[in-house]
Amino acid sequence: MPHPVLASPDLIRFEGDTPHLVGSRCDECGELYFPATDSCTRCTATRMSPHDLGRRGTLWSWTIQGFLPKAPYDSGETPETFRPYGVGYVQMESGLKVESRLTVADETQLQIGMPLELTLIPYRTTGDGEVFTFAFRPSASA
Amino acid sequence: MAQDVAIIGIGLHPFGRHDTLTGRAQGAIALRAALKDAGIGWESVGIAYGGSHDAGNADALCNDLGLTGLPFINVANGCATGGSALASAVAAIRSGSAEFAVAVGFDKHPRGAFNPHPRDWGLPDWYGETGLMLTTQFFALKTRRYMHEHGITEDSLVRVAQRAFRNGALNPQAWRRREMSYAEIAESMPVNLPLRQYMFCNPAEGGAALVLCPAEVAKRYHPKPIIVKAAVVRTRHHGSFEVFSPALAAQQAPAPTVTASRAAFEQAGVGPRDIDVLQLQDTDSGSEIIHMAENGFCEHGEQERLLRDGETEIGGRLPINTDGGCLANGEPIGASGLRQVIEICTQLRQEAGARQVPGTPRLGYTHVYGAPGVSGVTILQR
Ligand SMILES: [Zn+2]
Repeated sequence: MPHPVLASPDLIRFEGDTPHLVGSRCDECGELYFPATDSCTRCTATRMSPHDLGRRGTLWSWTIQGFLPKAPYDSGETPETFRPYGVGYVQMESGLKVESRLTVADETQLQIGMPLELTLIPYRTTGDGEVFTFAFRPSASA
Repeated sequence: MAQDVAIIGIGLHPFGRHDTLTGRAQGAIALRAALKDAGIGWESVGIAYGGSHDAGNADALCNDLGLTGLPFINVANGCATGGSALASAVAAIRSGSAEFAVAVGFDKHPRGAFNPHPRDWGLPDWYGETGLMLTTQFFALKTRRYMHEHGITEDSLVRVAQRAFRNGALNPQAWRRREMSYAEIAESMPVNLPLRQYMFCNPAEGGAALVLCPAEVAKRYHPKPIIVKAAVVRTRHHGSFEVFSPALAAQQAPAPTVTASRAAFEQAGVGPRDIDVLQLQDTDSGSEIIHMAENGFCEHGEQERLLRDGETEIGGRLPINTDGGCLANGEPIGASGLRQVIEICTQLRQEAGARQVPGTPRLGYTHVYGAPGVSGVTILQR
């Protein structure tokens, strides 16, 4: 099966059909970054290597985007078709917290500490088809 | 010992919506008012620092005020624009490079939330395109985590907003002068939960200006000069939880507010307990709550009780945002930090009318915070 069209291909590495987040790691001090950077704001080093951040984490904080964002948001929605979406910081196994869309936008189903896993969601539909971005969804275990 | 610097003139063009005035016109009105308050002419000003985010170069004010040839430095530092202009003006007087300095800010923003461009902030396009680059989201995410860690409930979020509009109703220059009921705020539209419509300030318009001179000559120009004991700007450290962060480091570091606040208290030689009246950045209710502790005015988690017991009201031990803050005045970015300083000067001069804090306040405090992680703090003394 071909991989979906991504808004940001550099962020994702596939293991089979399973997406993983990709960031970078400082060669000097080991600090992790997402998205990948070419310098370390912790120790000021400039030698970085790509790093697989995995696909599992826990919810560290969350909100629900209740209004249609202005540009540069380009989902193609209108105020009439807009549907609120969840946004959170997801604490990965390394401790790095990644900001991400959530598949859940219901406040009664979001709780700090809940286990999540990476998925891809279509955030925009164009004449050429759907464009996907990364998101986290509830999972059975962390 | 560095020379003390005094504020001898304050001028405000009230914040709000002014369809017939440009942002710059509002800045010019504020600046003329500040010069009149100080009793000096524009031609006496030796250096000026000014900024505006959306309303053009501040230096264009010279076309209104007069082309006197003075050095005019345009300041562009987000929400800390006013604080940075003031810190620079103070440094100019201290160094002896001018007898009179001006700090001025104005703005006029389009309606609705700000829409920043990722590249201006060193961020990739996808971050904005996929709907993650909103200041309101950041405030909500930081507030939610803070509530979780420190036992703050939605009650506090409502009380902050309620007090802001109550104070705004006492302030003839405020934009929003209508008191709101607890339920009206608590049940308002969810914008970014846990934050709701009336817990957020709105972009607005307005102008604010200050005139400064060496403290030793200040009484020649104004009977109640206000001494700037500290004016500090600090930016973020690696690991602090800042607006527009696609990720946060595993190990968290203190916010720039914490480092700016500590440096300001050290410079002024006073502590949080000495402050009689204060302004804290309240882009939203949650931020004000967090800023109470980050600036050293209480322990983390203590805010819930302080708000419930009325300690942050005009008559309380810790009067916060006596003019209604950003919530009741709106936020014209270039002018907002100077509006805070003007309110503290007004309180220390005991000219705040119905919203005047009781007694004889001696020390005041102002704090701004903004993207991408910059904070400005001043400590002012009567
Ligand atoms: Zn490093």
